[in-house]
Amino acid sequence: MGVVKGDQMILNIGPQHPSTHGVLRLEVMTDGEIVSQIRPHLGYLHRCFEKHSENVTYEQVIPFTDRCDYLASMNSNFGYVVAMEELMEIKIPERVEYIRVIMGELNRIASHLLALGVYGLDIGAFTPFLYMLRDRERILDMFEYTCGARLLYNYMWVGGVSHDLPKDFETICTDFLDYFEPQIKEYNNLLSFNKIFVERTADVGVIPADVAVSYGVSGPNLRASGVKWDVRKDEPYSIYEKFDFDVPTGTGEFGTLGDCYDRYWVRMLEIEESVKILRQALKEVPSGDVHQALPKKIRPPKGSVYRRTESPRGDLGYYIISDGTPVPSRVKMRSPAFTALSCLDEVSRGWMISDVIAILGSLDIVLGEIDR
Amino acid sequence: MTVDTLINWFATMGDFPILAFILAVVISGIPLFLVMALNAMIAVYVERKVSAFMMDRVGPMGQGPGLHAGKWGLLQTAADAIKLLVKEDTVPESSDKFLFKMAPYIIFIGAFLGLAAVPFSSSLQVADFNVGVFYIIAVGSIGIIGIVMAGWASNNKWSLYGAMRSAAQIISYEIPAGLSIIVPIMMAGTLNLQELIIFQSGTIWGILPNWIIFNNPFSFIAFFTFFISAVAETNRTPFDIPEAESELVAGWMTEYSGFRWAVFFLSEYANMLVVSGLAVAGFLGGWQSPIPGLFNTGLWGLFWFMGKLGFLIFVMMWFRWTFPRLRVDQLMHVCWKVLIPITMFNIFGVGIWKLIFG
Repeated sequence: MGVVKGDQMILNIGPQHPSTHGVLRLEVMTDGEIVSQIRPHLGYLHRCFEKHSENVTYEQVIPFTDRCDYLASMNSNFGYVVAMEELMEIKIPERVEYIRVIMGELNRIASHLLALGVYGLDIGAFTPFLYMLRDRERILDMFEYTCGARLLYNYMWVGGVSHDLPKDFETICTDFLDYFEPQIKEYNNLLSFNKIFVERTADVGVIPADVAVSYGVSGPNLRASGVKWDVRKDEPYSIYEKFDFDVPTGTGEFGTLGDCYDRYWVRMLEIEESVKILRQALKEVPSGDVHQALPKKIRPPKGSVYRRTESPRGDLGYYIISDGTPVPSRVKMRSPAFTALSCLDEVSRGWMISDVIAILGSLDIVLGEIDR
Repeated sequence: MTVDTLINWFATMGDFPILAFILAVVISGIPLFLVMALNAMIAVYVERKVSAFMMDRVGPMGQGPGLHAGKWGLLQTAADAIKLLVKEDTVPESSDKFLFKMAPYIIFIGAFLGLAAVPFSSSLQVADFNVGVFYIIAVGSIGIIGIVMAGWASNNKWSLYGAMRSAAQIISYEIPAGLSIIVPIMMAGTLNLQELIIFQSGTIWGILPNWIIFNNPFSFIAFFTFFISAVAETNRTPFDIPEAESELVAGWMTEYSGFRWAVFFLSEYANMLVVSGLAVAGFLGGWQSPIPGLFNTGLWGLFWFMGKLGFLIFVMMWFRWTFPRLRVDQLMHVCWKVLIPITMFNIFGVGIWKLIFG
């Protein structure tokens, strides 16, 4: 009896496919159900963000950042304005910092909710997705109430924010948090501890810590591999050092450290931490004018800056070179989703097609940010 | 109403045996088809509403006639059916056209044949076979041929994956399903569905209805193994791997559209009806009333049967909107390493039980 050798088949997943989270095309070499190689093809959503930025003024870059990571636009804004303020050495009012942190954390919850819900959908569970979107909707309502937009906010400006918080924002937000915290338990009962879900995700697609670091994976994906790295803690920006919160890391809850379940679970824990930060921040928002530090003309001095912030997807870095004119000479965005996607090939080899979908979903990529 | 009675009745009118046979088959076939279509229409509506309520939505909610979908969306399925009928029927250029067009019919035949033996009440049954259980299990396998044909003829990699998964899945799960249904057969000593149901009349200890599921611990387990295998055989979540939307787009149905796709859909719901029918007849007392001795006559039988059927189909929907999906190797694991040993043990256990108590 000889060894049966099957032919390799190339399966083209995407760009139009329910589970590629946007327009990603995966060229998958398969032997039956087993995947031997994956070649991701990017660029279907490329909008020349970086090149465009060289032709518009500094403040006009902000709406572009919205459209990069469209699921966490607040955090994209946040990173850019923090970098700009560092470059221009602006001191901004305390109230603005608090508002930014509140918005950033709310958007982190919204982004993680979508990530977890869609992950359930990838695994085949339909209902948790709608539960999570229902709660995400309330966050979007709050954003709409504050700045008029539900998805692409253009909210954070260099030196301030576009609109002050509405007067009753604190009550609305606290009500939401009171409603939301018990919901996390419901998600866990419905999805996280479901036997089938655990079977599908535990031990699947393990990213060891050294592989994660060598690929530059960051954010929840890195923390799931057991590396305690969070820009909010390790390189604090804005006023994050004032708040008391933990950095959850993967523990190999049901399987190996760094598997799909850990990546899912770390996000769930991060939602709880964000709630913690929000509660602290809401209590002590100082009064003040949010527009007082807005510079009349944004014309940073010659020089460059690289500043990274913690977006829901990981280290979101902006490298900005200024030549002293109102137009940036170069804006480079370091995309956390891009680096996360780069390790897909190595992690997925030897797993099945269903697992590739599970691994891809657990990385929580946003194509708008990968292609920019 | 069985085909045999009709044939005999026509035979009394004159000596045209072939004509009598054709008439009898057509006359009993048309209502059966209506049952199938009506079942799909109701089940689709219920599925939409059930899923909506489980997901905190309202589901289809049209108001009034016109372009809306009726009150409470009641006309939604009719609108869906019309949409599917008028939709363009595409056949891929590179497909094997004969097989591609043939596949829906074969799948349909598989589902339709099974329905013929379902005992809706003590008198409402198209064909009362003496091997009814065996017959339903047997014709249930015809559908696989159609699925593999559809997957292969589409000339699409997704379809092929779906078809291969489906073939492996349905063939595997027929074994635990067949082994589980052996338990009622062993207890009643008959393969005839009506006799099987009549065996389940009376009570246990004067309270519980004498259904096979309550008869002994082994038959209790057998019901669940049968039901799980039945869900797998109908390709529904958590076993909907052949048409796993997030992985395989639509599996073996990917290239189908319009009415051909509707036929698949119809067959899926008819299959649900058939396997649930077998579960009801084999384990849940068929058309027997749950309150022994009461409401057991005439049309009540139909009511109880449809009620139990509806409950099982509802449970299947409940599964679908609650559970994630298994992976293909886990599916095989569940079948071969979990369900089959349990069912084997069950048969052994029932044999001993019958020796001691029966």
